[in-house]
Amino acid sequence: MKIDNLGTINILAIESSCDETAAAVVQNGRKVLSNVISSQIALHEIYGGVVPELASRKHMENINPVIRQALAQAGIKLPDIDAIAVTNGPGLVGALLVGVAEAKAIAYALGKPLIGVHHIEGHIAANYIEHPDLEPPFFALVVSGGHSMLIRVADYGSYELLGSTRDDAAGEAFDKVARAIGLGYPGGPKIDRAARKGDPKAIDFPRAKIEDAPLDFSFSGLKSAVLNYINGCEMKGVSWSQEDVAASFQEAVVDVLVRNSMEAVREYGIKRFALAGGVSANTLLRARLESKLDAAGVRFFCPSLILCTDNAAMIGAAGYYAYMNGIRDGLDLNAQPNLELPMEVK
Amino acid sequence: MRILAIESSALTASVALCDEFNILAQYSVYHKKTHSQTLLPMIDEIMRMSELTPSDLDAVAVTKGPGSFTGLRIGMASAKGLCLALDIPVIAVSTLEALAANLIGSRENISPIMDARRNQVYTGLYDALRLPKALEKERAIGILQWIDILNKRGEAVAFLGDAVAVHADTIAKSIKVPFRFASANQLLQSAASLSVIAVDYYKKGIFADVDGLVPEYLRLSQAERERQEKLKENQSESNVEAQSAEK
Repeated sequence: MKIDNLGTINILAIESSCDETAAAVVQNGRKVLSNVISSQIALHEIYGGVVPELASRKHMENINPVIRQALAQAGIKLPDIDAIAVTNGPGLVGALLVGVAEAKAIAYALGKPLIGVHHIEGHIAANYIEHPDLEPPFFALVVSGGHSMLIRVADYGSYELLGSTRDDAAGEAFDKVARAIGLGYPGGPKIDRAARKGDPKAIDFPRAKIEDAPLDFSFSGLKSAVLNYINGCEMKGVSWSQEDVAASFQEAVVDVLVRNSMEAVREYGIKRFALAGGVSANTLLRARLESKLDAAGVRFFCPSLILCTDNAAMIGAAGYYAYMNGIRDGLDLNAQPNLELPMEVK
Repeated sequence: MRILAIESSALTASVALCDEFNILAQYSVYHKKTHSQTLLPMIDEIMRMSELTPSDLDAVAVTKGPGSFTGLRIGMASAKGLCLALDIPVIAVSTLEALAANLIGSRENISPIMDARRNQVYTGLYDALRLPKALEKERAIGILQWIDILNKRGEAVAFLGDAVAVHADTIAKSIKVPFRFASANQLLQSAASLSVIAVDYYKKGIFADVDGLVPEYLRLSQAERERQEKLKENQSESNVEAQSAEK
């Protein structure tokens, strides 16, 4: 897509798909004027995971203050907003609905265009914010609580699927293992931290390889292996180390993610590679992928930590390119918990 | 003065526009709960039919609960967004009080009953000869327990709301005071009824805080309830242990 210069386009973006209420103002898709995130981690921690009804209730409390703060920090008044972008899926339906209803009402009241954004498209677009020179086409590894996939970003808003998970997403495996070894919620950062004190070679967990599809992933066997290991130790009365299990599990996940990424690099002759999604906050994954890609002469892009977790700036970035592509949603835009990212399969 | 009223607390999706003396438009659908898709297009429709634009609005009224948790949030998030963008006040009215306003002019007491599942109703009791005045505070309660309270009060009562269809037989069998059920045209939520109360609130300057406003669910989430029960259990267990240790 050729982006014509239409002057300055300010997008107000709203994200409430899970446990963060977030709003941001983004200029021309790349310049973040504000990025406000109200995290609910403390609220859900005692339950060992995100409680959907509590998340929805908290979004109701947070949504207006977060939007006002985003506008104030950006120094932008509502009449100077050109469009409203909102995450309309995938995610927790009750949580999504709060942001979608709010965004539709604001767009209607102001008579401004409304743009529904796919959450994962937002994660990919997070890379544009800090890398002004990154433009499609490029390749990306998308890893989150609901997704693990290798894709080719052919153009803004145009994606080709190269490989994806056959069962659990990588982030899902992190959450389940974190619960099983007593680390609890949120699983990703807790395993990351515990793993630093453990031995990644302590336990040799399996690295699944799918014969006929070398770019596909499978993490359910790995998750079962961790559970079996713990059960086995407990049945034998042998003590096991939380840190060693965390480190060995993380090592196995990262091995597989990096192995398939490098396979894609070889197969497609990739020159630019981006990491996206919540799991891209993982320290080991970032470091390992960067060094392997560096050695292969591939440029590596990765958002800073604040843009890896759920935020609205990334929705504003993706929303801008949708806006420039002429995408407009009606007032009947709905929250779609299982929204799929339209993709060509390669 | 023009107020937009939004009611999406249950099956009914209803929006209305009013000025000080008139209902200018009302649009109600009692079909399926797809409020998240239908509510804003319905608002857009009545605004256009009334030849008004959003900037003509002076306030937005919304029912604040009880009701379907999701339905309440869709209505209230829409109201919050409109009020934030238009910089106008929000008027929050109890869903039950707004329902009672369907029967303004009645000599009996009004008991709106909403199906709260788990064998309960959301209800309250109102004198609605003029604007509804609460006689009993709103609550989630078993229908038989509620009838017991009404029997003890010994006053005539009119029932309305979606739980009439669920509990009509039980009520007829157990109630000992004169009673009636509202007719179909007055039975369910109506944004026009909400707007009658909203006009009164507007004149009295009774506004809610747009940013701080949250639904009154009258119920904890399931996760909170289960956690509280567990804590209570653990507490009584440890009390028993403490007592037996004393012995």
